[in-house]
Amino acid sequence: MKPNTQQLNDFSTQVRRDILRMVHAVNSGHPGGSLGCTEFFVALYQVLMERKEGFDMNGNGEDLFFLSNGHISPVFYSVLARSGYFPVSELATFRLINSRLQGHPTTHEGLPGIRVASGSLGQGMSVAIGAALAKKLNHDNHLVYSLHGDGELQEGQNWEAMMYAAAYKVDNYIATIDVNGKQIDGSTDEVLHMGDLRAKFEAFGWDVFEIKEGNNIEAIIAGMTEAKSRTGKGKPVCVLLYTEMGNGVDFMMHTHAWHGKAPNDEQLAKALAQNPETLGDY
Amino acid sequence: MTNNWQKLWLKTLKLWVIINLLNNTMKKYTNTGNKDTRSGFGAGLTELGQKNENVVALCADLIGSLKMDDFKKNHPERFFQIGIAEANMIGIAAGLTIGGKIPFTGTFANFSTGRVYDQIRQSVAYSDKNVKICASHAGLTLGEDGATHQILEDIGLMKMLPGMTVINTCDFNQTKAATLAIADHHGPVYLRFGRPSVPNFTPENGEFQIGKAVLLNEGTDVTIIATGHLVWEALLAAEKLEEKGISAEVINIHTIKPLDEEAILKSVKKTGCVITAEEHNILGSLGESVARTLSLNNPVPQEYVAVQDSFGESGTPDQLMEKYKLNHASIIEKAEAVLKRK
Repeated sequence: MKPNTQQLNDFSTQVRRDILRMVHAVNSGHPGGSLGCTEFFVALYQVLMERKEGFDMNGNGEDLFFLSNGHISPVFYSVLARSGYFPVSELATFRLINSRLQGHPTTHEGLPGIRVASGSLGQGMSVAIGAALAKKLNHDNHLVYSLHGDGELQEGQNWEAMMYAAAYKVDNYIATIDVNGKQIDGSTDEVLHMGDLRAKFEAFGWDVFEIKEGNNIEAIIAGMTEAKSRTGKGKPVCVLLYTEMGNGVDFMMHTHAWHGKAPNDEQLAKALAQNPETLGDY
Repeated sequence: MTNNWQKLWLKTLKLWVIINLLNNTMKKYTNTGNKDTRSGFGAGLTELGQKNENVVALCADLIGSLKMDDFKKNHPERFFQIGIAEANMIGIAAGLTIGGKIPFTGTFANFSTGRVYDQIRQSVAYSDKNVKICASHAGLTLGEDGATHQILEDIGLMKMLPGMTVINTCDFNQTKAATLAIADHHGPVYLRFGRPSVPNFTPENGEFQIGKAVLLNEGTDVTIIATGHLVWEALLAAEKLEEKGISAEVINIHTIKPLDEEAILKSVKKTGCVITAEEHNILGSLGESVARTLSLNNPVPQEYVAVQDSFGESGTPDQLMEKYKLNHASIIEKAEAVLKRK
């Protein structure tokens, strides 16, 4: 049975706690983008994706997800662990020596749930397209999802991939762009103004759908369900997901300052107070 | 009457064959006719297309140059024309492995490596993906296009990546055999070959063992370790050295990584000195891998036949190989020099 909205919101609150505690424990990592995408990950893994029990690399007969902006690994790890891919207790090893939870996601340490390394930006869309092509060859009707930062679109490889996906009608694929308008050095408009992303994707031949409330779990589920209904129609599907970086922690919102900075003890206490324990801390 | 004419014609034909064989024959190896190594790759890929339905091929707008036409024609559903977008090609190849496919990517060596180093590093090598990066037009013998296209650093780039297997084949037959062999090997592979027609002398349908050196000529005075287009030159050099009373052992190293250290050390124990020969920059070369092996186990004098840390330039393949001293004459010269250091 699919969880209800209250359960999903409780799940998200616990994931936010995990993110904050993970980056605080090692005084490194990327809380801002992780918090901003929490509801998206929860919706994806708890509601939207058709997933098999356990994990095998090929993922035949199930939906696949690729995280291209690998620096938001804390949210990925938390949601994977709490979706049953590996023990929740392992979140305590994030970024520590000898851990499977590397700073950026990798297959190299055999962590279930990860299918490609990411972190060096701009590569995930190509990989997701390859996986989608393999699904077509295997007559596997499941979908491929991916997530990308908006700033990440400044990498040229994305545009190679976008051109290819449209030209070859890779229509079993939904690429979501986390539009939070921020990157390390400031707002995306200041750093490198990318213009109208919707118009750009459409000009490249994609079907574009916008989710304006990217931190509202019901809006995400409704929007992604609509996006799913647009697959299989000859065009790759792009979802522009408008999120708030640092969502759920008041002092981390409306700024790019927490892109790659961990809270200190006092800040952690304050942030956790805004996100009370729901499913139990790791 | 007719019968006599036939006999005479047959005799003439036999004589012609013998003369031709003599021209192309060394004591042990026969050039069965010049062929390009890239066509060996194409032939191997064609065979794989029939044998293994998981094999898929990707190309970045160089189907003819890579000899991938047959595969494309026979298996259009398993062939992906990516366009001039090599970074995307490497990423898509990595993704295809996730559905259990065995992707072979094809473009020039320069665009297969230097241009897409980070894509190979993160999406293929670090991600342990079963991608076969097949690279034609490696080295100077690409010829007239000049240095922008003549990569001489690719072996170094690829061998530095953990888990990457690096293969540089010497002729048509060996390239075909290697293409078949890497499909059965699980893990990322860099397969390097070239454009020009060169002597085809290794056995047809011969066995290709990844990581296993091939001893081509036994000798006692000097070991010549060659790879790629320089292997035939090494055989020519060995023959001429023998005329001078120098006994040269010739080893064909088709797999630069993992390196067959045992074969190298065994030979060097006997000869006590080494020449390495390759169409690559001396930095990051097979020669450096050999030097590391020797320095750790049995340091002996070594000389290098390689490009001396420079870019290439336009010219015919033969002119370039002569100007950059990548031929049997250079191997002989270096052999005589290394013998003096023993």
